[in-house]
Amino acid sequence: MNVLTIAHLTFLEARQRKLFWIILVIGLLALGLFALGFHFTYRDIQASSTNVQLIASQFSNLLLLMGLYGVSSLAVMLGVLVSVDTISGEIASGTIQTIVTKPLRRWEIVVGKWLGLALMLTAFILAMGSGFVLVVYAQVGYLPPHIIPGFGLMVLEGLVFLTLSILGGTRLPPLGNGVVVFMLYGVSFVGGWIEQVGSLLRNEAAVNIGIATSLLLPGEAMWRRASYLMQSAVLRDLGVNPFVTTSPPSPAMVGYTVGYIAVALAAAVYLFSKRDL
Amino acid sequence: MPVIEATALSKVYGPTVAVDDLTLSLERGEVLGFLGANGAGKTTTIKMLLGLVRPTAGQARILGRPPGDPAVMGRVGFLPEHFRFHPWLTAAGFLDLHGRLYRMPAAARRRRVAELLEQVGLADRARSRLTDFSKGMLQRIGLAQALLNRPAVVFLDEPTSGLDPLGRREVRDLIGELRRTGVTVFLNSHLLSEVEAACDHVAIIKRGRVVRVGTLDELTGADTEVEVRAGGLTPEIIAGLSAWGAVVPAGAGGLTVTVADRERLPEMARYLVEGGARLYALSPRRLPLEELFLRIMKEDA
Repeated sequence: MNVLTIAHLTFLEARQRKLFWIILVIGLLALGLFALGFHFTYRDIQASSTNVQLIASQFSNLLLLMGLYGVSSLAVMLGVLVSVDTISGEIASGTIQTIVTKPLRRWEIVVGKWLGLALMLTAFILAMGSGFVLVVYAQVGYLPPHIIPGFGLMVLEGLVFLTLSILGGTRLPPLGNGVVVFMLYGVSFVGGWIEQVGSLLRNEAAVNIGIATSLLLPGEAMWRRASYLMQSAVLRDLGVNPFVTTSPPSPAMVGYTVGYIAVALAAAVYLFSKRDL
Repeated sequence: MPVIEATALSKVYGPTVAVDDLTLSLERGEVLGFLGANGAGKTTTIKMLLGLVRPTAGQARILGRPPGDPAVMGRVGFLPEHFRFHPWLTAAGFLDLHGRLYRMPAAARRRRVAELLEQVGLADRARSRLTDFSKGMLQRIGLAQALLNRPAVVFLDEPTSGLDPLGRREVRDLIGELRRTGVTVFLNSHLLSEVEAACDHVAIIKRGRVVRVGTLDELTGADTEVEVRAGGLTPEIIAGLSAWGAVVPAGAGGLTVTVADRERLPEMARYLVEGGARLYALSPRRLPLEELFLRIMKEDA
């Protein structure tokens, strides 16, 4: 039950922060712009194209994946920024002292914080993602394939970076931790690209570099699998672009990512338990 | 079983020895004033006793169990130095949250929170956010937090910092009340008058080492200064007084004698009266804690 109390407190605290609302507003702004842009471009397509039905669904799929890519980036941003000082900040301010000295184990604090932020992040991704899907559905009546596993993978990506940032926060000060996690995000992004380009050019070394990066940091790989699942068959055959992928990470990679999150969380628990406060 | 027991506790941070070979033990209902200059190791000691900091060597037991053990932390209250909080919580919300961490049932929490807000004089601010509180009010709400679970042992780290004289007095009275109900109190302080007024036991820590420990009487009463006011003090009588201790004249008809043992005072009174002096007053003066403390601070390591 302590885990839930801490989760509740963390959730309340995240809600108190301006940052949470800023990201939410940016997300809603992006959604609004997307809806408008989609409306006008779709109107043009309707006017100019002869085979409206086919073009519309391909076009919807591509734009939607772009939108969802935005959601997944915002989610990573949100996940890192709300968690970057959740532990180090409380150690620095001293609020942790009256909490740790209550009848609870230190792991309950780490897991509780993780749970609170993970729920918030999941709610953000599901709400924003559904928003984008609904905007398209309302105007065209188009739904992409595999929405549920797709969203699940996006959540998984957010959780990777959330967990890493909680892990870093047990030892690093907030700014340093944030810099490290965002740099890792960058590395994971570039690694994913090297793998894609490598697979397109059939360059095995590049593919291996990409796979190695994904193993080190499985976050971006989850988006690539999500976009692979949610893209239309026609787009898949069209080739490489930033929002979709031709060489999806395997289901084993998904299992690996879940394990990765669990290990990172366990490491955070271990480091926090050993730390003098 | 002692409530607090520390055996050869040490904490070393790199080249710095924060606490060195600390041994002490506190029984139920005892109030210990843990005195020391800033940076002497007081807070590190409290943190080791609470499981916040891992000792480099030695061990501690609270109510017979290792510090930090949830089974024991439910019976411990703690007010940290520089107490911080989640500023967006209301006073009542803050106490309710900590009550939940103590696993108190909802109804008990409500009752206890109202009771404590009343006790620390913040009943009318229950719905105010902590961010609007003054330093003194925060210290009070922190104190209320430490008493939520009706603890068996309370650790207070500089509880009166930020409080005005009235607030200090209230904290002192509160400690007295805790002692009466059998609560053991570990009080970190550098305010000597506070310790003198609130504590029955004193430990003095200097550069990480406990240099004195005992009851207030033991520490400050080892040498008792006795003020004697009498008429007809002849030089012979005065010379004879030196059998009890060093004699220092203090104005007409007065002198002070520093005796090693209070038990010899009646004997000294009899000597004076039988010698023909007209004894008006013989008042033992306890060595003020402040003097003892300053003396110890001047001693070489």
